[in-house]
Amino acid sequence: MNETVQPSFKPGDRVVVRKAWPLGHIRTPHYIRGQVGSIERLCGSFPMPEELAQQRSGLPAQPLYRVRFLQRDVWPDYRGGADDALEVEIFQHWLDPA
Amino acid sequence: MNDDHGRYQPLSYFQLMEVSLRELLVEKGILTEEQVHATVQDMRSRGAERGAAVVARAWVDPGFKARLLADGTKACQELGLDVPALRLIAVENTPAIHNMIVCTLCSCYPRMLLGLPPEWYKSRPYRSRAVREPRAVLAEFGLALPDHVQVRVHDSTADMRYVVLPMRPAGTDGWSEERLAGIVTRDCMIGVAVPRAAGAAPRP
Repeated sequence: MNETVQPSFKPGDRVVVRKAWPLGHIRTPHYIRGQVGSIERLCGSFPMPEELAQQRSGLPAQPLYRVRFLQRDVWPDYRGGADDALEVEIFQHWLDPA
Repeated sequence: MNDDHGRYQPLSYFQLMEVSLRELLVEKGILTEEQVHATVQDMRSRGAERGAAVVARAWVDPGFKARLLADGTKACQELGLDVPALRLIAVENTPAIHNMIVCTLCSCYPRMLLGLPPEWYKSRPYRSRAVREPRAVLAEFGLALPDHVQVRVHDSTADMRYVVLPMRPAGTDGWSEERLAGIVTRDCMIGVAVPRAAGAAPRP
């Protein structure tokens, strides 16, 4: 059974979140689209939420990562420490190498 | 539950959908009203005790703490907390890092460990401001963090659930696990508060 897409990123890899605005049930928050971060960990693989919401199987399952972003990259006027970070769960099909 | 003070309020779209679906399920014999009621009662009665027990165990047992940070779900199973839907990530506060949990998309929350989320957790102001100006939000909760402490906000957007493992406060040496669990509040495990030993001076 090959119902899982192979992970293409490893911890530390720099990635950019796709800047796309498709309709439907999307688990990638708007504010993080187009931002560059680094892979913190692979969480496992899960059925695609966009497909599940349409009552389809969501298979093959997509690798899900936790991606770490620096707050000052995401919000240019961020007030706080330079190392302050945001970690967001993002599916592989929403990520490209940066 | 709502603030209508007994005044008549028409059902909202989702309330109407809930009633319709529930009545259909009962009518077709899939569920009984008693089962629905019992489940709602069970969810409402659940508090943050289970989460507090997990934190207290991690404080007294370094091996358990290591396993909790490596795989939160498996570690909870050791304590008999087994819910297949819960994929838990525990994030550890240290003198250099403070963690805070939010779900900007809806209200994902480790209900199994912490019970039902508080209203503010589901509110738009918390959900939008926690990722945008976490330090200002923490300050409003009474937690002013010095600049040298890194603030890490975890946006719970997909299949994982998060719990903050707070730092064990000074002045709790020799405390039993049960007594330790008593100072671990829900807010400490969301990351908008830190546990304090009763009677000890508040930490900065």
